[in-house]
Amino acid sequence: MEKLFLGLPLDQYIGQLLRNKFNWLLGIIFAIGIPLIIYRFIFGLGSVTHSSYDYPWGLFLSFGLFCMVPLSASGFMLGTTVEIFGRHDFEPIERLALLNGLLGYLFAVVYLLVDLGQPWRLSYPMIYAWGPAAVLFLVGWHVAIYLSVQVAEVSTSFFEWIGWPNAKKFIRKGTIGLTVSGIILSTLHQGALGALFSYAPGKIHPLWYSAEFMWIHFFVSSIPGGLCMVIAVSTIVIKTMAWRCDDTFKDNLNQLTLKLAKGAAMGLITYLVIKLIAVAHDNEWMYLATGWGAWYLLEMLAGVVLPLILFAYGIRHKLVGVVRFGAFLTIAGIILNRLNTALVVFNWKLYQEVPHLYEVIISITIFAIYIALYRFILNRLPILYAWQAQPSEVIVTAAVPVPAREQEQEIPARA
Amino acid sequence: MSKVSRRKFLAGGLAGGAAVMLAPAEKVLAAGSFSGFPDGMGVLVDLTRCVGCRSCEAACNKEQQLPAPDLPFDDLSVFDQTFHQGTQKRRPTEKAYTVVNRYRPEELDKPVYRKIQCNHCNEPACLTSCFVNAYTKTKEGAVIYDSSVCVGCRNCMIACPFNVPAYSYSEVLSPVVKKCIFCYDSRVKHGQPPACVEICPAQALTFGKRKDLLKIARMRLKKSPDKYQQEIYGEKQVGGTGWLYIAETPFEELGFDTSLQQEPIIDNVKGFLGMVPMVLAIWPALFTGFHLLATKHKDHAHDDSRVEEEKR
Repeated sequence: MEKLFLGLPLDQYIGQLLRNKFNWLLGIIFAIGIPLIIYRFIFGLGSVTHSSYDYPWGLFLSFGLFCMVPLSASGFMLGTTVEIFGRHDFEPIERLALLNGLLGYLFAVVYLLVDLGQPWRLSYPMIYAWGPAAVLFLVGWHVAIYLSVQVAEVSTSFFEWIGWPNAKKFIRKGTIGLTVSGIILSTLHQGALGALFSYAPGKIHPLWYSAEFMWIHFFVSSIPGGLCMVIAVSTIVIKTMAWRCDDTFKDNLNQLTLKLAKGAAMGLITYLVIKLIAVAHDNEWMYLATGWGAWYLLEMLAGVVLPLILFAYGIRHKLVGVVRFGAFLTIAGIILNRLNTALVVFNWKLYQEVPHLYEVIISITIFAIYIALYRFILNRLPILYAWQAQPSEVIVTAAVPVPAREQEQEIPARA
Repeated sequence: MSKVSRRKFLAGGLAGGAAVMLAPAEKVLAAGSFSGFPDGMGVLVDLTRCVGCRSCEAACNKEQQLPAPDLPFDDLSVFDQTFHQGTQKRRPTEKAYTVVNRYRPEELDKPVYRKIQCNHCNEPACLTSCFVNAYTKTKEGAVIYDSSVCVGCRNCMIACPFNVPAYSYSEVLSPVVKKCIFCYDSRVKHGQPPACVEICPAQALTFGKRKDLLKIARMRLKKSPDKYQQEIYGEKQVGGTGWLYIAETPFEELGFDTSLQQEPIIDNVKGFLGMVPMVLAIWPALFTGFHLLATKHKDHAHDDSRVEEEKR
């Protein structure tokens, strides 16, 4: 129980909760958004969306599924680096990457549940009605299996935390198997999300559409997406909750950020090249001179080329700040690409759908729950710090670094 | 025939992949069959004959027991309705499986009316994109839908190149896809024409075997080359559709998408689907191999330093 409250007595725990202004922001979002989510389930999808027949996938999927999943590729990227290629120098950040992957997928499923017409039938494609020639069948199966794989991968931290070393050892024995299946599943379903849009030729603007390469665009862009998400999250973590990070994490972070950026830069340059190949393959150069072309160029320049320049400069001169800015920009670029494909340039011949206000609020609310859960876990499980022996004693000292008489003022806001 | 075997090959390939990892595959192999499409039925729509009376809309509403329309079926003001800042005309909805729209091509002195409904594709995109196999292409040519397995992902609406399926968003507990089913249960299964064809007073709609309808259409085009565009819309689009259109003016002036591909939509994902079993088969050895190559002279215990610390 004391682990749950970070080693603080309940009143102090609540006290520091209330002092944290970010919690007030979350509270306001929840106060508005959670009733709306309940409203959606009582009155149906039509009550919170525009019920569009032409845009059947609104913000819930275009943001929640198509953006969250590539940004959660971090789990399999770092898992591969450390476990398969034996790069143990990445270990201090591996667990953060695994957790980022798990939570991203989990919340992609949450967004999906909100969006599905009959979410209680989610298991139908698994057990009841199989449509194996459909790309979505593959997505469903793979996300489900991969989610379990990631639960297993992250569970080692959880077993340390609750003090079950044997369970942890059992999971660790299967690490290589879990990691390899993670690579397989990620390759296929990251690609499959792109292949889903191959079903809609003519609806998606030709610059964004490529029957042959759609899946590989989505897969390749998920690599810098996942890596940059680790850079971004670690940046936020080191700025806002440095108390929870151990020295190994703090000392290695700058070095690791630069190394991750190298990987992201290689992913980005590959992505840039294959995007251009797609334009050349379908001979779509003339579209670049249109308004859509300008939008496409903006996406590519701001979301791919500029981060590449920043990464090159930042890595060369070891400027972590520049690299971090590049990482945030890359994430924005990936999000822009997915929103463009699913919402903006979708139905480019028809009209532009602007999501319903409630749809926007619910999307923000689910994202806020994601952040809150993310922080809740980071504050507790040994993700940012290595677990020590005699856990209960150590956690108390780690979590309450201030003298007792001054704690009212000085316990920093944490959770 | 070749198409059927290709689809089966794909389904089999995926099933094989799934079986490697997961579960018995027999069920999967039975999925995705497209029997009987060479003898499928269809409807030839001659747009030069349609007078815009909307009786097909009324007949459909009655046959499918759809809710009463906002405006009565004899109210022709619906032709002036536009949506989304005047860019869109009416489209099939959850309350109307077919609608007729009016167009005014410049070269004609009279309007042209165009009926929209599900075109009942030979290789339907909705069917091939559905992950619970809710859609079936019957041997009579109808594309029907089983609402009892539908999860509500709405991928079929993304995939349909004609933007036909609608969704009953307002339903809370049982929202389902709503689209024309070719009056399959009540009529076409028994060899009768669908309600809209039967009621059409102008003989704009002709029900018959698709291959016969193509002959009739070609005859009309040949007989009066001045009256018709020399093209049958639906003969080749997205692998061919059960409903076929012939018209006097170019199809793009009548709201048809003339940029559609000739191949079925499923062809666009075949490259990806074909790669799936390869990844499932090759990746395990490839990456385990990488692991062995990369860690030859290093620590083989996969435990991290955290564990070593723990041991100390």
